[in-house]
Amino acid sequence: MKILTLNFLTCARKLCKSSNTAFPLHPKEADLEIVETEINVLFLKNIMGRLMWEELKGVVGELGLPDLPPTPPEPETLVETKLQAPEGDNTGLNIEKAEVPSQIAKDLHRVLLETCVKEGKLVCGNCGHEYAVREGIANFLLPGHLV
Amino acid sequence: MLPTPSTAHVCFDHVYEPAEDSFLLLDTLSSPSETAFLHSRFKQTSFQEGSNETCNSSSPLVLEIGVGSGVVLAFVAANASNIFGRSDVLTLGTDINSFACKDASRTVQTATDEHCPTPFFDIINGDLASSIRSSCIDIFLFNPPYVPAELPDLSRHDNYNTLPMGQTSTSFEQDSYLLALSYAGGADGMEVTNRMLEQIPQILHPVRGVGYLLLCAQNKPEEVKQHIRNWGSRWMAETVGSSGKKAGWEKLQIVRIWRETSK
Ligand SMILES: [Zn+2]
Repeated sequence: MKILTLNFLTCARKLCKSSNTAFPLHPKEADLEIVETEINVLFLKNIMGRLMWEELKGVVGELGLPDLPPTPPEPETLVETKLQAPEGDNTGLNIEKAEVPSQIAKDLHRVLLETCVKEGKLVCGNCGHEYAVREGIANFLLPGHLV
Repeated sequence: MLPTPSTAHVCFDHVYEPAEDSFLLLDTLSSPSETAFLHSRFKQTSFQEGSNETCNSSSPLVLEIGVGSGVVLAFVAANASNIFGRSDVLTLGTDINSFACKDASRTVQTATDEHCPTPFFDIINGDLASSIRSSCIDIFLFNPPYVPAELPDLSRHDNYNTLPMGQTSTSFEQDSYLLALSYAGGADGMEVTNRMLEQIPQILHPVRGVGYLLLCAQNKPEEVKQHIRNWGSRWMAETVGSSGKKAGWEKLQIVRIWRETSK
């Protein structure tokens, strides 16, 4: 399960639906793994507006990962212009301007989209219920008496 | 015709095999009328046009409930540009069957690796949308267990949702139970769908949210659509795809559920 996914999930119990401490769920004893994927700067730009940044920052902190900036990065900080030769051209004669992902974009991509919880628990801040994550898949099924 | 994702790795002994209903959902989502509707609803607008437009330009989040083999979610993820007019689409799926979750994950991964890398997808094991944060879903998809047949006994779920202790394969009883979850819908085939309908106004984004629900003739689709319209004056429910037309009525249909934006 990707770290970004935690931005869309809350405790499954009915009694927690009206609580503002049931989101985000808190990772516990989490075993993380990196699954590399291609960076997509347009995507990073276009999700900034829909993220619950404070909560995301909190989760990243709880996992002991490098801190996110205090506010969502502005779209223009996600790219930088670099002078580089076209691919396969080693003559050094055809240097051109290219837009490449900035370090901020690379760091965000690593945390949100490449860092996965492989094993561990997700704990509700309201009722304390612990949801298990096994083999990368979180289990939100509740025992009958908790539904 | 957009390519249908491969499900060759899926174990159909205990995961629903793509059938006419799955393909009707794929055909409807990629039909000219629905892609036109979705393109205009999820049009990318530039960041410079003011704060109201920023909401419209955020990447849309697709949620499929009961992904099964993952064929529908993989199709949407791999063909996002065709369907929504943009490739920056997030896809999230749930299934009550943990075996389906694993297989569906692989289906989405394979389809998107082959056709178009998806920026984000994830699958969780859960009951309908019970763990989804409110108002965050832009596109909702559900091919429910719609057959009028007795619901399986959920008290066995914990035992049947994983491989039996010390075994490397599932038992016949377990497989029958898991398959029943994917098709049996209780009275009128509507018991699971009715529980899902209750959650829809909560999870859908108040402005952009749109849902696609598959129904069969025994589900009494006209009554279901009226029920949705009764949620409030802006709620809409219309049939936007159908198959198996016989003597004037469709065997299967896709109902689009959305709120009209106030002018
Ligand atoms: Zn809770």
